[in-house]
Amino acid sequence: MTALALSLKNAIIRYGRMTAVDGLSLELRPGETLGLVGESGCGKTSVARAIAGLQPLSSGELAIGGEALGGSPAARRRDLQRKVQLLFQDPASSLSPRLTVGALMAEPLKIRRTYSAESWARIAALAESIGLGKQLLPRYPHQLSGGQARRVALVRAIAAEPSIIVADEPTAGLDISVQGELLNLLRSLRDRLQLSYLFISHNLNVVGRVTDRVAIMYLGQIVESGSTRQLFSTPAHPYTRALLSSNLTVDTQRRGDRIVLKGELPSPHEPPTGCRFHGRCPVARAVCATTQPRLETLSDGRAVACHFPSETGFVQAMTG
Amino acid sequence: MSEALVAIEKLNVSYPGATVSAHVLDSVDITIGHGEAVGLVGESGSGKSTVAFALLGLLADDADVSAGRAAFDGRENVFATKEAEALRGTEIAMVFQDPMSALNPLFTIGTQLIDIQRRRFPNERRSQLWARAERVLAEVGMPDAPRRMRAYPHEFSGGMRQRVVIAMALLVEPKLLIADEPTTALDATVEAQVVEALRRLRRRTRSSMLVVSHSMGLIAELCDSVVVMYAGTVVESGPVKAVLRKPLHPYTRALLACEIDPYADFDPEQELATIPGIVPDPARRPSGCIFAARCTESHARCSEPPPHRQVEAGHRFSCWQDASR
Repeated sequence: MTALALSLKNAIIRYGRMTAVDGLSLELRPGETLGLVGESGCGKTSVARAIAGLQPLSSGELAIGGEALGGSPAARRRDLQRKVQLLFQDPASSLSPRLTVGALMAEPLKIRRTYSAESWARIAALAESIGLGKQLLPRYPHQLSGGQARRVALVRAIAAEPSIIVADEPTAGLDISVQGELLNLLRSLRDRLQLSYLFISHNLNVVGRVTDRVAIMYLGQIVESGSTRQLFSTPAHPYTRALLSSNLTVDTQRRGDRIVLKGELPSPHEPPTGCRFHGRCPVARAVCATTQPRLETLSDGRAVACHFPSETGFVQAMTG
Repeated sequence: MSEALVAIEKLNVSYPGATVSAHVLDSVDITIGHGEAVGLVGESGSGKSTVAFALLGLLADDADVSAGRAAFDGRENVFATKEAEALRGTEIAMVFQDPMSALNPLFTIGTQLIDIQRRRFPNERRSQLWARAERVLAEVGMPDAPRRMRAYPHEFSGGMRQRVVIAMALLVEPKLLIADEPTTALDATVEAQVVEALRRLRRRTRSSMLVVSHSMGLIAELCDSVVVMYAGTVVESGPVKAVLRKPLHPYTRALLACEIDPYADFDPEQELATIPGIVPDPARRPSGCIFAARCTESHARCSEPPPHRQVEAGHRFSCWQDASR
């Protein structure tokens, strides 16, 4: 069996007294795209930062390519961590306005001291293959279109020779007519360079189309995970059902009846007792307020943290 | 036949440049009936926000504006004049994309919800205005509205702030509510709550709505009809259901093909649809069909301006191809 590209076990991330991520585990398999979905404040960006080595875990274990970082010497840890590259949400602000496109693309090589005529030729060829021709190299970031800036950021991430790319909202702010182009590009690079992606997005249409598996987060924890197709066709957790039902698609008949949640996301400073979703859940019963459900694997292979998971998805009436 | 609330014909907007002027709206027609919700859809640079700003009289001073007709509620030539300013905040209200920048951080929500009504109801007492504000805030789905009236904008989440802004717009009881990307900054479940609030209000009030968005999904959800814009031109317009079922302009078809439907059967190996090429420079608009350079169905005739065609009840498009294909 091949090693997992990345695994996170029982990760806890605290900021002061606030616990942003509470006992979260996830596995990224080689060559797959794993979607991480959740609303603002659920802790998904903290997870991304922890995986990229920008945020220390308060407890838990991160392993890259089957090697745990915790027990490794510092130098080895740094090498392992370089296998994970982060693709930022706002590409224009992640590019220094003082450097040309060429210098920006050479920078990761220089930082890693692997800059040579050959390594530069490889990066320039990669850039050219994704539509960043030689004529763009002397330009500055402000002279690029949004799509070009995203591709420069992508070349920079790939120049560090990662095996894992964490993409945080890669399509946010892109017009729908160019969004497909970026997603096609990400997929072809994944297959060509044997990358694995952690794909963080709140755009459920995109997640449903480009990810192989998906994990749904609510208030610092995973409430459901499984194959994307399974989860979209028969969501088992009431939060997943509400989230998917609120997704706006052109075909308004396709999704089930809309479940509009009441209230707001509770504060992570004082998470609710029992199941964290119980106060907004349309099917909560007494036990939900007192006992926290464990993430259990169902017979069909998906994992759900709910006392009363649905087995039929939208078909079952939730409010009746 | 009763006259439409908004009747705009041949609206042109251009900005003078050093050498050539940039033509950002070219002969735009928009009609909004009483109680009707119209969606204005297009990519960045399509001019959809310029249309909204023109209706509000908020275009920059150097904008060169002309229109064949610009009527609001039976009065002619009201837009893009001093009269438009009088309509703003009384008969036309706006919900902007970013609710934080629309609220003053120094005053409580209650104060702001009262101030917004002063222009519309100058003779009412503060207690009356306060009571109305409280009622409308509860109507847009704000839990515990009486207490939240005394809170400041920073104490609200994004979704709640957007509801405050919608409440502000509704308090002036406008004849026309313009919403520019009202849910773009919101999470999916919060977006559903805001959409629900807007729908509830549409059922209850007789306000007309203009929803400006790049999301066809939002427009399908909220609107009766849709106007599809590309590079400052209306390429297609008609009832939402008809346009979605049978898009007639190649640009509408290309745009709808880019929409991702995660519930459809798809082959994961298949590439996602895109529209190659870029929107033409507004200072160098082609003389023929504006979409020809990116159109997969273009031919020689497309170098001349395309005819305006009308098929069944109000479904219009501008293309050399006819609707029978």
